[in-house]
Order: sequence, then C-alpha cells, then structure tokens
Amino acid sequence: MKTAKAKKITVKDIIKKYGGDKTAMIAILQDVQEEFRYLPKAALSSISKQMEVPLTRIYEIATFYNAFSLKQRGKNLIEVCAGTACHVQGAARLMDRMERDLAIKCGETTKDKMFSLEEVRCLGCCSLAPVVRISGNIHPNLTQDEVPKILKNY
Amino acid sequence: MVSFIIDGKKVEAEAGANVLQVARKYGIVIPTLCCHESVAPSGACRLCVVEVKKGKRTRIVTSCLYPVDEGIVVETKTDRVLNVRRLVMQLLMARCPESEVLKDMAKEMGIEPQPAFHPDTDKGKCVLCRLCVKACEDVVGASAIGLSGRGKNKKVGAPFMEDSKTCIGCGACAYICPTEHIIMESTDSKRKIWGRTFKMQPCDKCGRYFAPVDQLKFISDKTGTPMTELAVCMSCK
Repeated sequence: MKTAKAKKITVKDIIKKYGGDKTAMIAILQDVQEEFRYLPKAALSSISKQMEVPLTRIYEIATFYNAFSLKQRGKNLIEVCAGTACHVQGAARLMDRMERDLAIKCGETTKDKMFSLEEVRCLGCCSLAPVVRISGNIHPNLTQDEVPKILKNY
Repeated sequence: MVSFIIDGKKVEAEAGANVLQVARKYGIVIPTLCCHESVAPSGACRLCVVEVKKGKRTRIVTSCLYPVDEGIVVETKTDRVLNVRRLVMQLLMARCPESEVLKDMAKEMGIEPQPAFHPDTDKGKCVLCRLCVKACEDVVGASAIGLSGRGKNKKVGAPFMEDSKTCIGCGACAYICPTEHIIMESTDSKRKIWGRTFKMQPCDKCGRYFAPVDQLKFISDKTGTPMTELAVCMSCK
C-alpha cells in the first residue's frame, strides 16, 4: 500500500508531465488511474487544488466515463466482454462462472484484493469471441471450464 | 438590426439576439424552464421549441439558442411545435411525477400525462437543466455542486455525493431551481442545504439574521472587504 504522502508526489508528477494543462484532464486522470488502479478521492482533491479546477468538474469527468473507477480495484482487472459477438457466444456463462469462482458480483473486488470483475462492451476482437481480458492479457475462445485454470495463473 | 417575421408579425431586433428574447419583447408567450436572465441559455429543457423557416427549410429549433436572422419566418404555435412541446412535457412529467410546477405548467398548456410513459420514482423533481450548477459556478463562483454520472444515473449534487465542503450556503441553487428540487431549510439562526447546516450572521445594527457566515467570509475573501463592514444587513446599510 502506498502512503498518502507517496500518492501526492505521484499526482504532482503526473500534472507536471502535462505542464498543468487543464484541457489534459482526461489524460491526467487516466495516468492517475494507471498508477493506483482507480481514482482515489485524495488524488482527485489534490488535482483540484494543484490545478485550480473545481472538484465538481473533475468528479463530473470521472463519473461520466465508464473507464474511470472511483472504487478501489484489485491487482488484476478481469474484463468480461459482453459485446454482441461475445454475448451470442456465451459471455453470460463466463460471467456466471467468474462470479461463482471468485465469490463476488460483477463490479466488485475480491476480499484479498487480487481480482476485480467488470463487464465491458466489445474489446474489438470479435473473431475471438467469447473473450475475456485479465490485466491486459486477452484470453480468446474461452469456455467456462477453463476459467479456474486461468484464474490460477494470476 | 435585422427584420423577420414571428407569428405573422413583422418585427425588428438587434442582430445576435435570440428568438426567445425577441418573442418575449413582443408579448409572445413561449413556455420555458431552464431560461434565466442571470445564466447563459443552454437549451436544456427543450420546452421553448419553435418552428423556423429559413430559405426553403423549416425546422424545429430551441428559441432560447437560435439567433435571429434577416428574413426568417418563426412560428411559435403551429401543430408541429405543439406536438413536440407536448412530448417534451410528457417526458418531463414522467421523470418528475411529483413536481407541482410541471403539473401546473402542463395544465396551463392543456397537456395530460402520457400513460405509456412509466413514471420514475428516484429522480425527485430534478429535470437536469443545469441552472443550479451554472449559477453556482458562473454567478456565485463557488462551484460547490455539479452533475455526475450520465444517462439515467445522471444527478445533481456535491462531489462524491457527500456534504459539500465548498458550499457557502448562499442558496442561489435553491432560488434558481425551476422545479423546486433543491431544498433549503431555514430557521432564524440556521440554514440547511446540501447536507450542511450553516450559521447565519445577525446584523450588527438591527440584529436580524440575514446571510450565512460562510457566504460573508467568501465575499470578504473575494473582494477584500473586511468582515466588520459586511456584517450589516442591506436595509441598515
């Protein structure tokens, strides 16, 4: 766990990287999210203070885009594709199995903070349907029987 | 100056003015919710739609945003306009079934709720017109509230839906809200809004409670006027 102090330095660095440009807010939030895996409240307040942008404006942006999460996420983010092709090929079954094996619901994080489970729309590789992305790795043509084996690798 | 026709009447207006402004000047009634003189128009409520004929094309536009132009023909009460307005009103009523303001407005316009539109139960009286947010940001300068989320989850509130830390309790949002969604509870010495209770300042001369202490501090910080000067109410000044 990073301390609050370490957090502030990182946020500062990220803002510096964009030269404090207010129009780069989305890019800044993306970088912050990459660093902490979600958007911590303290980080948003810190951005607001340092860039002199009202917190309401930042909160508006952070809640508008689905890519941003205000809830703490686990070490590995599981994204189950529920786009049309994956849906037809049984994405719902994969989601069910994930929920059962991890004992969490979609949108939640496991108690040991290892996995977060999310549903996404189309990862852009429909020929591999049904597809699941875990921490950036694509798992193509997945069946629910393979789920436990794959989860063990993380 | 440009001249154009509105409801068959030939009118003149300053270039850059909006159709709604001109119509009101000539006594033509167009219903609106999100139009307020202190805030720039945004076309959010869409009740102010009118038909504008420019060249060969006739289209439905929001009159609060449409700039007047030489030779356009504006109709504010055609069947097409009234149909669009009825639908907008019915959708608003389905979103905010308990809003008395909307009910009264609909009654005046002769509009019944559409039974096929299932009423929402979780939206309160908010029509998401953004007037409060803009008043807080542009007029007051506090930026204490904003809209968050999107689509059906969009709602107005302070960041993280917590008690607003930057709110100064001025009540501008409650005052400007067209549908009475934002509630401000006031007693003599206290005022409650956005989950916070504000202490009111009594006037140094007459003793009447007239403004939240936080608001006076905010004004003092912004203008450099000392608090002692601000602690006198408008009628004693």
